[in-house]
Order: sequence, then C-alpha cells, then structure tokens
Amino acid sequence: MEAIYAFCVGILTTCGFFLVLRGRTFTVVIGLTLLSYAVNLFLFASGRLKLDGAAVLGQSVEYSDPLPQALVLTAIVIGFAMTAFVVILAMRSRADQGNDHVDGQVPVQQNNSRFSNKRNS
Amino acid sequence: MNLLWVVLLPLIGTLVPLLTERFGRNICTLSVALLPACSLILVLMFAADIFDSQVIRQSIDWIPAIGLDLSFRLDGLSLLFLLLILGIGLLVILYARYYLSSKDSMGQFYAYLVLFMSAMVGIVISNNLIQLWVFWELTSISSFLLISFWSHKSEARKGARMALTVTGAGGLALLAGLLLIGDMVDSYDLDTVLASADLIQSHSYYPVALVLVLLGAFTKSAQFPFHFWLPHAMAAPTPVSAYLHSATMVKAGIFLMARFYPVLAGTDLWFMIVSLTGLITLLFGAYIAIFKHDLKGLLAYSTISHLGLITLLLGLNSKLAAVAAIFHIINHAIFKASLFMAAGIIDHESGSRDMRKLNGLWKYMPYTATLAIVAALSMAGVPLLNGFLSKEMFFSETLNQSTLGSLSWIIPLLATIGAAFSVAYSLRFIHDVFFNGEPIDLPKTPKEPPRYMKVPVEVLVALCLLVGIFPAYVVGDLLQIASFAVLAHDVPVHNLAIWHGLNIPLLMSFLAMMGGITIYYNRRHLFEFQSHFNEADAKLVFEGIVQTIVKVSQRIIETIENGSLQRYIFLLLLLTFVMAALPLLDLTQNIGSRPQIPLDGVTITGAVLLVFSAIATVIWYRKRFLALIFLSVVGLIVSLAFAQFSAPDLALTQLSVEIVTIILLLLALFFLPQIGKKESTNRRLSGDLLLSGLLGCVIATVCYAMLTTPLDSISDFFIANSKTGGGGTNVVNVILVDFRGFDTLGEITVLGIAALGIFKLIAKMRIYMPTRDDSGRKWSNDPHPMMLEMVSQTLLPLALLVSVYIFLRGHNLPGGGFIAGLITSVAIIQQYIAHGVLWIKPRINIDYQWLIAGGILIATLTGIGSWFFEQPFLTTWFDYFKLPWVGKFELASAMLFDLGVYLTVVGAVMLILANLGKLTTSERVQIKEND
Repeated sequence: MEAIYAFCVGILTTCGFFLVLRGRTFTVVIGLTLLSYAVNLFLFASGRLKLDGAAVLGQSVEYSDPLPQALVLTAIVIGFAMTAFVVILAMRSRADQGNDHVDGQVPVQQNNSRFSNKRNS
Repeated sequence: MNLLWVVLLPLIGTLVPLLTERFGRNICTLSVALLPACSLILVLMFAADIFDSQVIRQSIDWIPAIGLDLSFRLDGLSLLFLLLILGIGLLVILYARYYLSSKDSMGQFYAYLVLFMSAMVGIVISNNLIQLWVFWELTSISSFLLISFWSHKSEARKGARMALTVTGAGGLALLAGLLLIGDMVDSYDLDTVLASADLIQSHSYYPVALVLVLLGAFTKSAQFPFHFWLPHAMAAPTPVSAYLHSATMVKAGIFLMARFYPVLAGTDLWFMIVSLTGLITLLFGAYIAIFKHDLKGLLAYSTISHLGLITLLLGLNSKLAAVAAIFHIINHAIFKASLFMAAGIIDHESGSRDMRKLNGLWKYMPYTATLAIVAALSMAGVPLLNGFLSKEMFFSETLNQSTLGSLSWIIPLLATIGAAFSVAYSLRFIHDVFFNGEPIDLPKTPKEPPRYMKVPVEVLVALCLLVGIFPAYVVGDLLQIASFAVLAHDVPVHNLAIWHGLNIPLLMSFLAMMGGITIYYNRRHLFEFQSHFNEADAKLVFEGIVQTIVKVSQRIIETIENGSLQRYIFLLLLLTFVMAALPLLDLTQNIGSRPQIPLDGVTITGAVLLVFSAIATVIWYRKRFLALIFLSVVGLIVSLAFAQFSAPDLALTQLSVEIVTIILLLLALFFLPQIGKKESTNRRLSGDLLLSGLLGCVIATVCYAMLTTPLDSISDFFIANSKTGGGGTNVVNVILVDFRGFDTLGEITVLGIAALGIFKLIAKMRIYMPTRDDSGRKWSNDPHPMMLEMVSQTLLPLALLVSVYIFLRGHNLPGGGFIAGLITSVAIIQQYIAHGVLWIKPRINIDYQWLIAGGILIATLTGIGSWFFEQPFLTTWFDYFKLPWVGKFELASAMLFDLGVYLTVVGAVMLILANLGKLTTSERVQIKEND
C-alpha cells in the first residue's frame, strides 16, 4: 500500500507542477491546489501509514502519529487561504490589466481593461 | 548609573520633536534639547572617573553564543568626542531654531539631527566592533536624510546620494576590515582587540585589514581621492553642515583612526598610506578652497584640508604628533562650527553665499562680523587663538620626523605651503565678505540676526579665545586623558604654552602668514592661472558613473526578468530537481525495513480514481470548468485517504475546505475566461511534462523511502500526556490548542491577515461582470430555485447544531475549532448560494473583519490569562464539574482558545467568499462607461 500511496503523491506532484508551468492565471491556481494536496499527503506520510489507529485515546489499540496530523490540519486551512489569495490576485490582475497572462506575453489589443470589457460586451 | 543611557537618551529623543512640533517652535526646540542635555550631564558625571584614568565599561548580553553583546566603553578619547558631539549638537539645535524657516518641517529636521547625534554617540562609546559598525552605518543613513532635507532641490538629492554612496561603500570596506580583525584576535570585543596589537601587526592579513579599515575612515573623513562628496553635501541646511562637517560625521573617520591607533599604527605601511593621504588632502583642500566663490564651498574645502592635516599628524607615527592631532580635532571642531554658523547667518540675513556679491558686510552686521573674523583668524592660525597652538605643534612635528630619509625636509616645506594657503583663504573669507567695497545686488539688505542665533557662535568663539590664551587650564586635562587612550597609556611630555621661544615652528608660522598675505594680495593672477584648468564637476562624473551602472544592471535585469512566471517557475523547479535528485543518487536502497500494509480493493479503487482525475485535470485544463470538477474529485479522494489512514480530523477538515475551495474557484471562474486557448508549443509542453514528471518521480521516491523507514517519533510524549496534561483524549486537537498552541495562534493570525489582504484586493476591484459565457450563451437570470431555498433554510439550524457539536466534542473526539468553523462557514455559504447576496445582507449583518479580530483577540487573551496565574503564556487549565441533569462535564481554558480559532476561521472564510460574491451584485464597484 505504501508504494501506491507514494505513486499517487508523485502523480499529484507531476500534475501540479505541469499546471503551474502554464501561462494563464486560473490554470496556475488549479496547479497550486493539486500541489497542496500532494504536499499535505507527503507531510502526512511522515507519520507513516496506519489503519484503524485514530489518535483518540481509548479508541484504538495502536495510535497513528498525531503530530503530522496536527501540522497538516493547519496546513490545509492555511493552504485554502493561500489559494484564495492567489485566485483573488488573479482576478485583480485581470481587472487591472485586462488579461490573465502570467507568461510575460501581453497581447497588445488586450492591454487596456476598458477596451477588452467593451469588446466582450 | 548606566552607560547605556548615554546613547539611549538621544535615541529616544529622536521621537520627541515629532510629538512636540505642534506646540510651536520654542517648546519644540526646548524639548528636543532636553534629552541630549541629560545625556551630556550623564557624561559629565562619568567624567570625574575618566580623569582618574579609569575606563568605564558596561555590557548587556545580546547573542553571547557568537560573541555579540551590547557593550559600551568610555575612556578619554570617547569622553572628548562625546563632549564635542553633545555640546556642539546642543548649540546646533539652538541655532537651527532660528535658521529654519517656517516652511521647513522642524520636527522632521530635529528628528534626523538627533538620530544622527545618537549614531555618533554610539560610535564613540561602542566596545564591540560590529556594534560600532552598525552605528557607523547609521550615521551614513541619517546624514543622507539630513543632507537631502531640502529634497525639492536637485542638488540636495544628488549631494545626499553621493555622500551616501561614498560613505556607504567605505562602510562596507570597514565591515570587511573589522571582520578580519575580529577573526585575527578571535573576538569582536574592542578591549581585547586594543590589547592585541602585536598579534594583529604580525598577522599576514594585517595589510588587507589596514587598507580596508582606512578605506572606511578616508571615505568618511573626506580624504583625497574620496573628498568630492563633502563640497556637494553643502547643499544641506547650514546647521547640518556646521554639525556634520565640524565635529561629527567627518570626524568619525578621524575617530576611527585614533581608536585603532594603538593597534594599527606604528608600521611603515600605516605611515605611507596615512601620512601621504593626509599630506595630499591638506595641500589639495587648501589650494582649492581659495577659488571657491561660495562661502560654504570655501569652508568645505578648508574642512577637507584640516582633516588632511589631522590625518597627516596621525600618520607620522610619533606620539607627540598624535597628541597634536587630538588637539587639532578639538580646535578645528570649535572654529569650524562657528564659521559655518556665521556663514549661515550671513546667508540667512543677506540671501546669498556668493562672495562675489557679498562685500562690505562689516557696516551691516559688525557684531557677527567680529565673531566670524575671530574664528577665521583662528582657522588661519593667528597667535592667541586656538588654531595657532595646534598648528605650532603640527609644524614642530613635521620637523621632528625623519621617515622619508634624506627627503624628510620636504614635509615641513609642504606643510608651510599648505598653511600659507590656509592663511590666504581665511583672509579671503574675512576681507572679501566684510570689507572690499559695497555689496552687489543682494536679495535682502543684510542686518544683524536674532539675538539667540548669535549665542552658539559666541560660545564657540569664546572657546577659541579661551583655549588660545589659557590652553593648559581649559583643555590640558582633556587632551591628556584623550591622548592617554590613544597612545595606550604612554603620553609624552608636551607643553601647552603659547610662547615656546624663538624657534623654527614660529618661523614657519611667520612665513606662512607672510606667504598667505602675499597669495591673497596677488589672488587675481592666481585666479587667472587657475581658470586655465577645467575643473571636472564631481557631481557630473559621479552621476555619469551611477547612470552607467544603472543602465547595465537594467539591461541584465531585463534579460533575466522578462515578466514570465512560467520561466521563473521552470528555472526554480529545475534547480529544485538538481538539488533534490543529486543526494538521491547516494541513496542505494529506497526500501526501508518497516513492514508494509497489504493492498485492498477499496484502496486500489480510490487510487485509480485519484490518478485518473488528476490526469484528467491536466488533459482538460483548457476546459476550465471540467478541470475544476476533476479537481474536486481529487480533493474528495484525498479526504477519503485521510479517513482511511487513521486521521479523522484531517478528513473532516479536508472535506469542508474542499467544498469552500471549489465554490471559491467557481466564483472566480465566473470572472475569468472559462476556456483557454492552446498557447504553448509542443516543445514547451513536452519540456514541462518531462521536468514535472522527473520531479514527481523524485518526490514519489522520497515519499516511498520515508514510508518504509521505521518511525522514531516524539509523539509518544503527546499521546502519554494528552489526557493528564491537556485534559483531552483527541491528541490531534490537544496538540493544536495546547501543546503547540502558540503555533496555532500564529496560524490563525496568518489566516486573518490573508483574509484581510483579500478583502482589500476585492474592495477596489473594478472587474467587468460578464453577461455571457465564453461560447456566447447568456448567463441565466432566473431567480433562485425555490426548492433549494426551502431546503437550505431548513438545513441551516441543523448544520449550525452539528458545528456546535463538532466544536464541543473536539477536545475528546475528532472535531474542534477549525472543523467547526469550516462547517459553519459552509452552512452560511449555502444560504448565500440559495438566496443570493442581497437577501442575506439584511439578515446576517456581521462585519467579518470584526469576527477575525475578535477570534484572534480571544485566543491571545486566553494565552495571556495564564500570566495571572504565574504560568507561561498559553498554559492551559482544565477541571471536571458536575451539574444536575447534565452530569459530569469538563471545562478547559483550551476550549476558549478553540473558540478564538473557530471565530477566526468563520470570519476569514466568510470575509473572502461573501465579498467575492458581492462582486456579482449591485454592491460592487461600478465601472462607468466613460471612465
């Protein structure tokens, strides 16, 4: 089971990195979200895998490692805040610059937000 | 009594003018002068001990592990400088009160000035090399602020920049030198360094360290060829010039040489560098000064020349010369400060500093003229004034040295020539300004300045006379103890008498006087001779160099930084791959000895789903809506994985965060293009795929190796103490709110900050609201479906009840503030979706910012509460109670902390989503058509 877990983490990492390397904001955000899954799973793995061992006293015979769980729990919440920040930044960038490029290639006709707004409407 | 206060008082005083500026000029000036005056009194109280040849030390541990402590040391040399810095500083504060116009921000000026004063005080009493350097840099920065005080003037900005660049670069050299010295003696402690002269001078790095330290000193003290910044720093208000260029900034370099004199001086290398630099600077400054038509320009070059004189004296490697150098430090500070102030008065009252216009001012301001003339005569070295005495000592020292072998006679000759020029420019200052006909179209009719503006000048000129006539009584002791510090307890006999009999130094003085008068009398020929040389404007040259550097770096930056995030990330990942993969090559075996869990069907199904959805997200990433759906599947499987591997808390958290995230991304997608175009070339795609694939392999390998390695964890402690120490059986929650409560407090603070940042980003967002999707279909304008409205409304109390239950049981069973907060948020968001923002607004009228602030406040107060029971921050308390009907239950302070977490999470999530949702309604910032 460990092998398949590691494989999944690898796949998530690959997909995350690939999407982060794309040239538009939204795709980068999706890539970051995938990456944060991978990171959380990876951090969680540092407590090793254990079945039926929830770290609640009296409920299991052997307990899984609670420390990585506590760390990952906050990481998930902070990860959400980070994703939210990036996605709002992406929207703001589109609002202010009129495009969602992050590859440094700003098309000339979309340089002006008002212009693109009118064109869309 | 604490030495620390000597520097701390002025440092605190930096804030005073900002507070008292509003109460008017007089009160502001008085209040500003108060703290430095206290500091001066403190110094005077220490003085008695210093005159007993003691050294006062005081030290506070800072980072003892690397030999850094806040350490202070007061000896004779420090005392001398402290008196100059604080004494002249107070006079400058009084003077500036009358000099500054009502348009200048007085509070700002005084704040900079006092900051600079504190930095200077810090330099002279530091007992640690690094600490000394920090104060040294602080003088560079604060002098930059002072010189550029009139920042609307281009020359002030350029002058300040030049001063900062030159002295700042010198500061870096000094740091390198100090680090080298610290390395040689294995300590940054000044006492230790001063006692290790032999060790340092015999070290092979001695020449390097010497040159580096001297670079710092020479740039600061405007020695040739670094002198060019000083004349341009004259763009500063005159009180600044009077302070920086007489007693302080430029003397910092001199102080440095004097401070390290016992350690660095005495070698041939020291003699060659220091004395020759000093000699050239002395002659160059004196020669150029006479041609300056600007009053302050003349004084600037004269300062350069006198600094050269002091440097030359220090470089002669003779003990008497060092005594003379210290004497001249005092004298120069006194007469130069008064001259600058006099020049400021002339400028202030006549509106000009140009000596071609300023003539015959004697008639208009006889009193100021008298003061200025006395000071200028002192600068020229006329008997009965203080300048004469140190100049005599200087002459006799140049005669006594024989370091240039048979060519040694050149030094006294050149010294006499320099002195002659010094007499000539002093004469010009006197004759050209106060006599020599009538003023030529001055902007104002000159008159005497306000009464108290003259006081500082009077004090200084009185000192010139007192020192000049009764040297032994006035400064004898001070000179003795300062020399004592510089010469490491071996002060030669010197005689501070006015009359030494008819000797060669007196003859040299006489020759210099005659020479100076001759030069000034024939100045027209000299001016004509000089006009054949094109003097390069240092400002233009300097700016040219700076511009070239800026251009080159801009070109480099433009090549590297092309604005493409793709490229940055690619390079970053490439580097990560190299760094992560290289150590893996050494890992011969990636399977550890830990027994593995056998596979089962559910896990395989989950894994297949996860892999499939992740890959599908990538394949259809241009169809963004589809990609988002696949993404949510991945998130759900991840939360299932947490559930499977014994982490119920994580599963709950992941599930609720997943919901919130997907709603957020859906909302964002509404405003962003829903379908992407194919933009990347196939080559790029395959390159990216290769790199991310390789990185995925690396991560998977590391993960696998980690999973199969036996675990040696510190968690046994948490499990053992969770119930007894934290009062809860859910170890994960107890870790969050108790064992690592401080981390959690930090995390919710970050969460709150992120949410507030998002709030600000949204608040002014002027984004276009689409009416159609990317394929041209109109967005539906249907009202919210009734079924959804009804169901969600009914569900709300139930959902809230669940969240309360999850919150309450969190300490003992999976749950807690984080999860409960997320569930509450989801329940409220559900209402937003079902009813729309406008419907919710009057019903849930909560400022989510306050919720965040309240949450963090509660959590912090809970932590602080333990102080009242004399426990460390965030110590938890719990106990069990019994109530009829309810039975036995537990109360823990950790629950209060968890409540803070809960509120922050709800506030943050709702602040983000509710505000984003607002963008779709009439609440949003309107974009006007013709805007």
